[in-house]
Amino acid sequence: MDEFFLMALAAGIGVSLVAGPLGCFVVWRRMSYFGATLSHSALLGVALGLLLGINPMLGVVATCVVIAATVFSMERDPRFATDTILGILAHGLLALGLVAIAFLDNVRVDLMGYLFGDILVVSSEDLIWIYGGGAACLLMLALMWRGLLSMSVHEELARVEGVPVSAMRLVFMLMIAFVIAIAMKIVGIMLIVSMLIIPPATARRFARTPEQMAILAVLVGALSVLGGLAASSTIDTPAGPSIVVVAMALFFATAMPGAARRQV
Amino acid sequence: MADREAGKPLISAEGLTIHRGSQTVIDKISLSVSAGEIVTLVGPNGAGKSTLIRALLRLIDCDSGTIEREPDVTIGYVPQQLEIDPTMPINVRRFLRLGALAPEDDMKRALDEVGVAKVIDTPMQGLSGGETRRVLLARALLRDPDLLVLDEPTAGVDFGGQAELYELIRAIRDRRQCGILLVSHNLHLVMAATDRVLCLNHHICCEGQPDAVTRNPAYLELFGSEAAASAMAVYTHHHDHDHDLSGAPVDQEDHHDHEHSHG
Repeated sequence: MDEFFLMALAAGIGVSLVAGPLGCFVVWRRMSYFGATLSHSALLGVALGLLLGINPMLGVVATCVVIAATVFSMERDPRFATDTILGILAHGLLALGLVAIAFLDNVRVDLMGYLFGDILVVSSEDLIWIYGGGAACLLMLALMWRGLLSMSVHEELARVEGVPVSAMRLVFMLMIAFVIAIAMKIVGIMLIVSMLIIPPATARRFARTPEQMAILAVLVGALSVLGGLAASSTIDTPAGPSIVVVAMALFFATAMPGAARRQV
Repeated sequence: MADREAGKPLISAEGLTIHRGSQTVIDKISLSVSAGEIVTLVGPNGAGKSTLIRALLRLIDCDSGTIEREPDVTIGYVPQQLEIDPTMPINVRRFLRLGALAPEDDMKRALDEVGVAKVIDTPMQGLSGGETRRVLLARALLRDPDLLVLDEPTAGVDFGGQAELYELIRAIRDRRQCGILLVSHNLHLVMAATDRVLCLNHHICCEGQPDAVTRNPAYLELFGSEAAASAMAVYTHHHDHDHDLSGAPVDQEDHHDHEHSHG
């Protein structure tokens, strides 16, 4: 086991720690398409970051926030269905990102790395981002847990009971943007949403409380990372896609009729 | 629940007006609810009942008018719909604790009070329509509310269950002396369980005690033949059996399906 592998494993597990609980809310609130739209805009954020000479992760977070705000304001327009708006933005922004990257001809950009992940070049700076930011994210999520859960069950009821719904929605969106930024290196822009969606979906079958589902999602995510990286280092498959394939395999393995009967 | 000055309304609205586009959904409505009083909003579909409720709860903004709330009023709210995504594993106990961090005993007592003591471990998505309404009511009661706001408390409940729910609401008022504002489009059933009726069709057509309102020409015009039938006999609820509102139901599925005779 070499150092690259251990760094990659540490990064992948770090992302799973945040993506598991946060992904549960994405599943409960039916926001997977929203997550896909934000992640597709990440390439534009990378271009922006490189253009301004700042850390591309900051560029990604900033772009995601702007896009999320755009979606929220356009959602109120009755002329467009939300999924139409998301579809336009998801594909339009990815295209725009590709065009923007092409303009940066004085910078060498590893496009495949951004699109499909490049977990084997994780730096110690990346790990600081993942674990530092991840810890802050989890702390925030723990503090907001009950309110966020309540508004995911019934938003107006939560508001009447005093949950600061608007503020929580904003922080939640920031956390999603952060996960996209840190997961970009691991599985790549095209596959980020799978880290948010698949582990919670697998966990759902075995969980009897929201908290169990969140913890199980972390374990399933970490297991997927371990399996994907093991495959990558033994049979030389691309690391990011391998992680997602393992996650999907775990989902279907537990979704089979025989497995379903075992659940309570 | 704080002690309050007698007679002072818990919540009052003055000249509320809400436009949606060029339409006036709520037109200069004034109303108030005091402790120990049940006020019912009736009106046809699309009359603005839910809009008015949501404005009073400050969920939507008003274009003009004022809403005054006693400063420390705790509100218990039962929304018209509750659709929890099936992907969320949540049972009744966990659901109740989202509203107030109540100890186990209080939760059991609240469920008992609304007649669904047995469902505490049931997943929320596995409840019947009537059980869901009762669990929502229990969540509201656990906040020890001064004011209960119930939007169509009998939505998705069969006829016999509806009568029982209105009786339960009246019993809650008698026991807790809280103010209750409820919305209904069911004329007959609600009349027996209310002190004051406001008949709404964007503006207030008429208001007063149930038996007076049901004879009011404005009310009769709004509700047509349905009202004519209930005007002859304000609905009263007779039992051909005893049932215990605080006791555990015999059968989880059927406890609100039993027979009533209607006079």
